[in-house]
Amino acid sequence: MSQQIEERSPLLHIEGLKKYFPVRGVFGGLGGVKGYVKAVNDISIDLYEGETYGLVGESGCGKSTAGRSILRLTEPTEGSITYNGQDILQLSGKDLQELRRDLQMVFQDPYSSLNPRKRIGKILEEPLIIQSIGDKKERIDRVMEIMEKVGMRPDHYYRFPHEFSGGQRQRFGLARALVVNPKVIICDEPVSALDVSIQSQIINLLQSLQEELNLSYLFIAHDISVVRHISDRIGVMYLGKIVEEAPTDSLFKEQLHPYTQALFSAVPLPDPKQKKERIILKGDLPSPLNPPSGCVFHTRCPFAMDICSQAEPEKKEMGKDHFVACHLYN
Amino acid sequence: MQTLKTDTNVDLSEIKSTLKSEQRKILTKKIMKNKLMVAGGIIFILLCLLALFGPMLVKYDPHEMTVSDRLTAPSGDHLLGTDNFGRDLLSRIVYGSRATLGVGFSVAILSSLFGLIIGLYSSYYKTLDHILMRISDGLMAIPGVLLAIALMAALGPSTRNVIIALSIVFTPYIARVVRSVALSVREQTYIEAMRAQGASSFRIIWLHIMPNTISPLIVQATFIFSDAMITEAALSFLGVGVPAPDPSWGNILYDGKLVIFNAWWMTVFPGIMIILAVMSLNLFGDGLRDLIDPRVKSGKKIKGDKHAK
Amino acid sequence: MQNETLLEVSNLKTHFGSDTGFVTAVDGISFHVEEGEILGVVGESGCGKSVTAESILRLHDEKFNTMYEGEIKYKGENLLKLPLSKMENIRGNEISMIFQDPMSSLNPVYTIGNQITEALLLHQDISKKEAHNKAIELLELVGIPSPEKRITEYPHELSGGMQQRVMIAIGLACQPSLLIADEPTTALDVTIQAQILDIMLRLNKELKMGVIFITHDLGVVAEICDRVAVMYLGQIVEEARTIDLFEQPLHPYTSGLLESIPKMDGDRSKKLNVVKGSVPSLDSIPQGCRFASRCPFADELCLKEMPELRPFKDEEGSKVRCWHAEKILNERKKEHVSTD
Repeated sequence: MSQQIEERSPLLHIEGLKKYFPVRGVFGGLGGVKGYVKAVNDISIDLYEGETYGLVGESGCGKSTAGRSILRLTEPTEGSITYNGQDILQLSGKDLQELRRDLQMVFQDPYSSLNPRKRIGKILEEPLIIQSIGDKKERIDRVMEIMEKVGMRPDHYYRFPHEFSGGQRQRFGLARALVVNPKVIICDEPVSALDVSIQSQIINLLQSLQEELNLSYLFIAHDISVVRHISDRIGVMYLGKIVEEAPTDSLFKEQLHPYTQALFSAVPLPDPKQKKERIILKGDLPSPLNPPSGCVFHTRCPFAMDICSQAEPEKKEMGKDHFVACHLYN
Repeated sequence: MQTLKTDTNVDLSEIKSTLKSEQRKILTKKIMKNKLMVAGGIIFILLCLLALFGPMLVKYDPHEMTVSDRLTAPSGDHLLGTDNFGRDLLSRIVYGSRATLGVGFSVAILSSLFGLIIGLYSSYYKTLDHILMRISDGLMAIPGVLLAIALMAALGPSTRNVIIALSIVFTPYIARVVRSVALSVREQTYIEAMRAQGASSFRIIWLHIMPNTISPLIVQATFIFSDAMITEAALSFLGVGVPAPDPSWGNILYDGKLVIFNAWWMTVFPGIMIILAVMSLNLFGDGLRDLIDPRVKSGKKIKGDKHAK
Repeated sequence: MQNETLLEVSNLKTHFGSDTGFVTAVDGISFHVEEGEILGVVGESGCGKSVTAESILRLHDEKFNTMYEGEIKYKGENLLKLPLSKMENIRGNEISMIFQDPMSSLNPVYTIGNQITEALLLHQDISKKEAHNKAIELLELVGIPSPEKRITEYPHELSGGMQQRVMIAIGLACQPSLLIADEPTTALDVTIQAQILDIMLRLNKELKMGVIFITHDLGVVAEICDRVAVMYLGQIVEEARTIDLFEQPLHPYTSGLLESIPKMDGDRSKKLNVVKGSVPSLDSIPQGCRFASRCPFADELCLKEMPELRPFKDEEGSKVRCWHAEKILNERKKEHVSTD
């Protein structure tokens, strides 16, 4: 798998993406900008065709903001995102519209992601109307085809979202993304709102659709075991930065960054006999309003050295495709 | 694949009709459960029928004065008596219902329309929001009747001007309701999903946000309807509403005020009509609100697990 | 190691009134908690695990729309028969509860010191000064650094993990003998969850209190619970010691759940096992075994008659609500032999 990846050029190339949210004073715009929340701070990701890139991290690390920036649901502050040779951030109007056919998104909350006043059929047809694809009859046929693909029956066409359970709604959310035949789907925590038994149904569906339609996923999640199951490569985010990036098997064999080690050891295993040593991190996530100087993790790192608070660590390749940004490996 | 498609098409229309009738049945059942709402609705429909067809049934012209019959008490000849000009009170009330309900209805429609537009756009564009909401704050700061009187003084008394003045008075109330609903809808993920699809702002506002504001809007409109009727009556009572020879419930009351100790019927009957109309609309509006707002479940709650939605 | 039984729930039923009649959210649950043990209650959303917890403290409005049946014996006394005034004395004092969302469980207008001392003053006859000192001790106990400073802070000044620690401190204020934790770590990140679980385990050992730990996360159960009860649609379908449950799940629902979790090691190219379908809604419960519609082993008997929660003879302390538990287990063993 990784051999093949090597030869191909990335489908989606993200370089130096930054998203800063301005924090304003008490009087809104009048008080001037007090500072910036550095939600995404200089991340670079390559996504290859047919691959799943897992982006893990805890809440507030900026992984969702990164996903939304790629689709320009929020305008990135800096950086470039290249898809098929065009820079997404330079596009506007019709070109951007056309690009959205290829880049789609699946959202976390299956309850608020479907309009409660619209029938399922209408919801699924809407992307086709926006992209002006086909006539009325072709669109209905396409919607039927997609509903079957995600495992729903045609007689759900006229039902309302509230008549369905969370898992079924998530299938419709997936169907809405698939209906325009995209190449890349950004999945923002698609299973974290679901129950365990339903979660596995959706994961399997995502995987079989990927095989069938040759989709690429950017899979954003906080659940490490889920990410492990579905991803080919994984990036670990902490406070707006990717601290470690590696092919899944390599990352699970050996975690290099102290944060990755702590994160992985904290995952509770469904096996009472496997008692392992947990690394308990001290303290909480620092505020992204003033992230720590140097390495962002040094305030909680058990191995912190003097240099960590002074210089930002460079990204280094430690094994094949295994990158880490940490001073321990200098 | 071909066969499957034709199959589904045949099924679809069938499914659609059975589903719709099913959903209609559930809705009727829910409506019938709320007795007060049904009562309000029936009274209101009767009043509307009265306004539409009443004038064909009454035997006197509301403007016809018979000086010899001034202030006669209710009798077989004049069912509700006559007023101080000897006009038949029943026909005046029936014709007056046209004016009063007409004003209420027009005001409800006009202020809903403008309120909807203002509310939706101010929820979507921040700068516009600041401007429009400050204007409506200003309008809402002045008591409704006072503002209406001022406007009527400027516009001159006529039924059309009453409608214009009251629409100006009530539009901000609708705009507020629409805006607050639209603001929360705007933050929902399905709106973000539409943006991710590349939908235009116009499409998002009118096709995706607007349908969610319609039900609270309708509820608010029924209250505006009744408020407008009261305010119209108040304006007419004060002499700045529907101009004199034409009847409206408000100016019948005004005429009756002078002779209240000699002719009780001139104040009681139009008063009852106003109360009936306002009350029925309020009951209907309350019921409608309970119907569309699943949180108000007549005091009973189904509570499952915490996450269960 | 025979510990004393602290709480014994037998055949508890909780009904809620609704427009269409009564909905039975908890339907005939029996379990017990011993002193110093952690009992895990697992299940998916809507299975009634939170309602069970709330029923123990009788938190639902009984005058209006709730009806309880059965018996909840706490230290020999039936809580369901107690007058409300006595019940109030037990809540927070003898049995206390920690909720899922620390953000909305703490009152934003009081300092955390206020909220802890209030819990103390409510049930104990001590002065304000003593309560204040006790509050500092408690904060130290749950691992909050520099508690003297923190005690004057407001909830919004603390992070989610810190807030949950404060909640635990409030829960522990009167040294309850039973602590009910309703998804206490669900809203937290894994690294913070690890901190909280660590604290709970330590306190359980130090203070010797019984804990009912409600969660949907089987991983968390495996980490901290001594015994587990698995709930499905308002009933307990399996009860066993944690080790036994994970080693040899008896009910098809339990094994289905266990196999549908993505693993942290081993082969990941295989598809995940799936429990087909979704949980039926509470007002349309099928006849017979409640899991039958989703069970791969269901036959006519399962569709017709509801199995009882019965002791499973091979394992001590294990109970299962399934007609075919033995058969399924044998088949699985055979499969193992053949694949090995």
